[in-house]
Amino acid sequence: MAHKHSGAAIAGIGQTEFSKESGRSELQLACEAIKSALDDCGLKPADVDGLVTFTLDTSDDVDVIRSTGMKEVHFSSRTPHGGGGACATIFQAMAAVDAGIADVVVAYRAFNERSGRRFGQPHLVDSQNAGGGTSFAQWCMPFGAMTPASWAALMAQRYMETHGVTNEDLGRVSVLQRKHAATNPAAWFYGKPITLADHQASRWIIEPVLRLLDCCQESDGGVAIVITSAERARDLKQKPVRILGAAQAIPYGVEIVTGFYELDLTHAAHPEMFATARRLYERTGLKPADFQLAMLYDAFTPQILTQLEAYQFCAIGEAKDFIKAGNIEIGGKIPINTNGGLIGEAYIHGMNNISEAVRQLRGQAANQVSNVERVLVSSGICATALGID
Amino acid sequence: MASSTEPAPVTRPAPVMTPDTVFFWEGAARGELLAQKCGGCGALHHPPRPMCPHCQSTERSAVKLSGHGVVYSWVVPRHPVLPIFAPDTVVALIELDEGIRIVSNVTGVPVDSMRNGLAVEVYFAPTVKGGAVPVFRPRSA
Repeated sequence: MAHKHSGAAIAGIGQTEFSKESGRSELQLACEAIKSALDDCGLKPADVDGLVTFTLDTSDDVDVIRSTGMKEVHFSSRTPHGGGGACATIFQAMAAVDAGIADVVVAYRAFNERSGRRFGQPHLVDSQNAGGGTSFAQWCMPFGAMTPASWAALMAQRYMETHGVTNEDLGRVSVLQRKHAATNPAAWFYGKPITLADHQASRWIIEPVLRLLDCCQESDGGVAIVITSAERARDLKQKPVRILGAAQAIPYGVEIVTGFYELDLTHAAHPEMFATARRLYERTGLKPADFQLAMLYDAFTPQILTQLEAYQFCAIGEAKDFIKAGNIEIGGKIPINTNGGLIGEAYIHGMNNISEAVRQLRGQAANQVSNVERVLVSSGICATALGID
Repeated sequence: MASSTEPAPVTRPAPVMTPDTVFFWEGAARGELLAQKCGGCGALHHPPRPMCPHCQSTERSAVKLSGHGVVYSWVVPRHPVLPIFAPDTVVALIELDEGIRIVSNVTGVPVDSMRNGLAVEVYFAPTVKGGAVPVFRPRSA
């Protein structure tokens, strides 16, 4: 089968510091991240003619344009499903570049998610709010399921029981990612590794699934990524990272973390991840063995097990043993989340995991994996395959 | 209903209602567990929705369910502490005998004894603003 590869590439990446209290506006964080990504590749704000961010982001295109000095933007879009749509920023930017709608697209996400509105605090909504990711909350809120952790745990519990996955099994993911963060100077948990005993001693957030150390951080900060044609990227400062392909899949019955009602959750929590994997592999012709690194969305540790199975790095039900055998460590079969992920580095809604994929492919990562030619990046309903020529 | 001589003040939040879902919550306030039934093909749907995903009919009615089901999955939220809910509140996904699932609570079961497959029956717990929502307890023999 012939596969149509994208002609788009990631030319630049940028970020602010990752903190718990940035002390400045979310718009300023967005602008700083964008400036940093443009500096990274040698472009100017005036070169940018496309913008992509999350539906949940508070910085509008017009505010970004007037603050950074962009000249005229020909494409602006927003991605759904919260962090589950992180890779959709790359997907939509790629589509815009491939279609010739825009030449230089910047994907950005910036927020004060620790010092401002904390996602981990109870969501008490008083209206149905499409686009804000809370249209489902009316069915959970009156029963005390008011946080993303509670929804994710309810999705995972049946899977864990079916396959005999214990909370200690989940802890191995956390320990590994904190090991990576400990040697990544940009990570909030730089210099702070944990042991499995630390994990097991951390308090329950949602019993019997998630302890504190199974949950991603809450962070302040911003990340921006510059996407343009591979041809143009070749003339810029950094080695281009090719977007080999990207795919989105929202199957029937999936909701934002709460696809409780009609899907078989016995074997596979998060069916959207299986559908997205299938679609990405079909679209690119790539297979699991083609990747030397996977950056997997890690809001909560059970999602790592699900993605390892969905992307066929191991069979359904085998992720816990696959992890225990060291396969996801650097030097293992498929290293993951070498920046520390959202658990260890920072929670910039998945965007910092995409930047890490780019750094690894350029050979600039703090925890560099040797001979990286292709990286899988996944987040909920979307995934992308990145590579170098 | 749970018997108590001194009922605790009602703190459970009221559900959000939309034109498509109001029948469900109004039913619960009357002590009835309802589901949407398609007027075209007869399928039951939860959560309610304006069009049948199988036959695309917008005709629909509300039917009363048995209130019997089993626990499909369950958790106990511990942090952040929610003062408006009792300690050890069990959040569960209930698979009803009619084949649809609903997020709710299971009461009257110690956390140590919670298990998937537990047979449960519906009762109704009051919310602020004078409403009620369906919750579950172990099925009486």
